[in-house]
Amino acid sequence: MSDFHTLPDYGLGWLDASGDHASVVLSTRVRLARNLQGHAFGPRARVNDREAVLEQTKRATEKIESLGGSTLLELQEMDHRSRRILHERRLASRELLGDVKVGPARGAAVLLAAQDPLSVMVNEEDHLRIQSLVSGLRLKDAWNLVDRLDEELGQELPFAYHHEFGFLTSCPTNVGTGLRASVLVHLPGLVLTKEIGKVLQGLSQVGLTFRGLYGEGSEVVGNFFQVSNQTTLGKSEEDLAEHLDKIVRQVIQYEGQARQVLLRDAPQVTEDKIWRAYGLLRYARSLSFDELMNLLSGIRLGVGLKLLPELRVYTLNKLMIYTQTAHLEQAAGRDLPPAECDAHRAAYVRQILTTEGASGSVEGQTRADEG
Amino acid sequence: MEGKEPKELCDSCGAADAVVHLTQIEHNEMKISHLCEKCAAAKGVEETDEAVNFPLTGFLAQLGDAAAAPEAVESFGSCSFCGLTFNDFRDAGRLGCPHCYTTFEAYLRGLLRRVHGSTQHVGKVYLPPDPSASDFEKQLEVLRHKLQRAIDSEDFERAASIRDKIRGMEPAGAGEN
Repeated sequence: MSDFHTLPDYGLGWLDASGDHASVVLSTRVRLARNLQGHAFGPRARVNDREAVLEQTKRATEKIESLGGSTLLELQEMDHRSRRILHERRLASRELLGDVKVGPARGAAVLLAAQDPLSVMVNEEDHLRIQSLVSGLRLKDAWNLVDRLDEELGQELPFAYHHEFGFLTSCPTNVGTGLRASVLVHLPGLVLTKEIGKVLQGLSQVGLTFRGLYGEGSEVVGNFFQVSNQTTLGKSEEDLAEHLDKIVRQVIQYEGQARQVLLRDAPQVTEDKIWRAYGLLRYARSLSFDELMNLLSGIRLGVGLKLLPELRVYTLNKLMIYTQTAHLEQAAGRDLPPAECDAHRAAYVRQILTTEGASGSVEGQTRADEG
Repeated sequence: MEGKEPKELCDSCGAADAVVHLTQIEHNEMKISHLCEKCAAAKGVEETDEAVNFPLTGFLAQLGDAAAAPEAVESFGSCSFCGLTFNDFRDAGRLGCPHCYTTFEAYLRGLLRRVHGSTQHVGKVYLPPDPSASDFEKQLEVLRHKLQRAIDSEDFERAASIRDKIRGMEPAGAGEN
């Protein structure tokens, strides 16, 4: 079995905040759903279907040059915590992890490319979910990466394809292109100015939808919204990605305007919220994940407004990922009961903010002082 | 999300409460109009209560009677490859295998039109590991279209890669464009 812990950046390249609009857009993801001919789809697949799909995928992988050095992680062979780490890094869906008591189904696997930010979930709802995950708003790059790997896999594997309906998927909402492009955006300005409802309503009217941090079925926390295309059939992949790109750029613009409104109409309240969030994170002894996400939203807004200039977006991204339960347990080397987990979370945040935080500007002049 | 907002008046007549919030993209600008039922109807807008994230199963149940009369459902039978019945599909919202798309094709065509607004895939044309001549021609056609698009949007890196691909597929001596 390949060792998950020896991977170079554990699939976290996007944390580096190198993409466009990285303080507002955390990451861009594009995934393609593909199925192999001759096998039932995930929910109806039998053990022999799953094993055959995994075996065919393994053989194809070996022939594809760009997948040289890649790592295939079979979920049944991993411990529970490592599987949850994959989920927390958005490389494995909850469905792939399987029922909490039963564990993952036979053949469930994640393939991680060595060179590019590409991965493939094997034996999920669809046989293959090919995805790229990159920093900031980079839909074209994410699509190009996925497109190339899809071409290479398609030359080795017999994909299920229909002349009219396109690529066939377990759920009819994915059929056609099988493409779901999603952008994780942070919109505190629109939430605080109560404009968010209109924006979200607008999204649904232009064929887009939103979800929480972990995708389908997850709640919105910390003002982080995952915006994605709703339909997959009748438009080309490029059109779907371009449309999302165009709308997200508008949303970013609205968010910018909302932030200016906050600074203009309520500078003291805004600054107070940001510094209170910073103060709590800097000194709290216990933090639940939801509380942390809300406070991180506050300081992320502060960084965007240049009120916390010494904090890097990379640090904020890192705080989001490494404060999740399985990551904290990994660092502690043992399972953590909830209360202890909250204490470990607070300790980790204090440590990171001490070494990478905005300590130099805590005593600095604020905008309210200037005015 | 942030509590109920106070009622707004219709942008058009200014008299009645706005119940329809219409978002349109014009000249790259998102415009939101708030309209009363009457003015919305006059402009040809229908009010929809559709949730942003509708579960497909709910959607299917909603459509159930109108979309597939009981006698039509029975006529589908079950999928000869995976054994999925139409009721299984309606309960779970998931098809069982690629062959289900043929088994339930008549029903699915209507469903796909309602969900996606179309039934015709216009994206990538799949070239199987052992392609036929017509598969080949279809893919060439799509690639030529993509090449033109990449050139139009000045994405020359992508254009070069598509051009290489076309050259690799075309018989020797075929046209350069």
